[in-house]
Amino acid sequence: MADMASLLEKPRLDRDTLAMRAALEMPDGAVVNLGIGIPTLVSQYVPEGRQLLYHSESGVLGYGPMADPGQEDMDLINAGGQFLKWVPGMAFFHSADAFAMMRGGHVDISVLGALQVSEKGDLANWMLPERGIGNIGGAMDLAAGAKRIIVTMEHVDKKGHPKVVRECSYPLTVRGRVSLVVTDIAVLAMTPQGLLLKEVAPGWTADEVQALTEPRLLVAPDLHEITL
Amino acid sequence: MPLDKVVPDFRQAVADVFDGASIFVDGFGGPGGMAQFLLLTLWERGVKGLTLISNTAGIGMTAGFGVPGGRAYIDHSILIENGRVKKIIASFPVAGNPSRVTPFERAFRQGKIELEVVPQGTLAERIRAGGAGIGAFYTPTGAGTLVAQGKETRAINGREHVLEYALTADFAFVRAARADRAGNLVYKGSSRNFNAVMATAARVTIVEADEIVEVGGLDPECIITPCIYVDRVVPRPKDDTPVLAETYYARVGARAKP
Repeated sequence: MADMASLLEKPRLDRDTLAMRAALEMPDGAVVNLGIGIPTLVSQYVPEGRQLLYHSESGVLGYGPMADPGQEDMDLINAGGQFLKWVPGMAFFHSADAFAMMRGGHVDISVLGALQVSEKGDLANWMLPERGIGNIGGAMDLAAGAKRIIVTMEHVDKKGHPKVVRECSYPLTVRGRVSLVVTDIAVLAMTPQGLLLKEVAPGWTADEVQALTEPRLLVAPDLHEITL
Repeated sequence: MPLDKVVPDFRQAVADVFDGASIFVDGFGGPGGMAQFLLLTLWERGVKGLTLISNTAGIGMTAGFGVPGGRAYIDHSILIENGRVKKIIASFPVAGNPSRVTPFERAFRQGKIELEVVPQGTLAERIRAGGAGIGAFYTPTGAGTLVAQGKETRAINGREHVLEYALTADFAFVRAARADRAGNLVYKGSSRNFNAVMATAARVTIVEADEIVEVGGLDPECIITPCIYVDRVVPRPKDDTPVLAETYYARVGARAKP
């Protein structure tokens, strides 16, 4: 097995390619809420022929692309404060409805970023303890309410510490609801037996992914490289 | 309740806001949906000891959230940086980027302001409950996390839920796209968000409306906030220069824009 320092130098998927892999998880017709950051990129890579219905906690359903430069309207934003384009078929609603849709089980998939994910499916994504203050925003409601939670994130943090951990040390967003983790080196599924390594980034081995992961991984019999 | 709720100017609209009042302030994060003239006028009046309930603790001016290029507007930060606010209840209190330190974050680190951080959907539902006369409700959101600490929990259908209490306020500062003189309201796009919920849950709901029409001028099938929830409607001037952030900073003196 390669040593840690050289593993951390090894090429990984960039953010867009990671988003492309996550986009493959979106079935045709799904109602999807995309978090800020890599999750937002997912909408750009949905496979042709599949149509999704996008939900934003800012109170918009059925939004399309971002607004063209010069056409930004402060009365039409997504949850990240980005400006959306006025497209036919949108519906607007107030914040209590926006979250009733989530908790009520009307949103099929929530794609969220993470600071840490535990092997039990716990998610921590709202506060870095060293900052001492954090933004919950809609993350707790999404994580508690959407039918399926997909996490997209880098596999290790800036210091090289694993973000897939046995127990989250950061304040939790939700317990036990993450079902799939797509990182820049691996695709991991939560199973009753534990975390299952299903795919690795091109050039990576199961041992190398394990070396950058805290909990013991189960390896899928059909483990293969991520293909798009 | 008078049937014509139009108040001619902002000073009259906020004249009874008192020291120690609680105020709902809409705005998802940026200037959209925010009643900037009401906020500016309240700042001019100088009331203090306020509790603000809002999605953020004021990130639009500092972090540029939801601000189209070159058009930054004031937000409730102007009340915070001048020491008028003792407590904030918010879901997204600070800028996402830690290097963008907002007036709230500065005051919080100096121990000058209290914060209650609430999940966004729980915040919306607490306000909805407040307006609907529901005392409290159980939600799965936040179960097993810091926000459930010290709260009653119970398993419902095998899942842990947290008891959350309704939230009301003395005043709501609401921004509507159109109002009729009776106070029926419609909003625009994502700027409806907390406005339509907050309007229902304050003892006095004050609306800053971009356009005011006669009664009958709004399609009754499309009214979002019925006038029963509204106490005052003030026309927002077409010229919004006074509430641009640069104008505010020029007015408060040499203080550098953060």
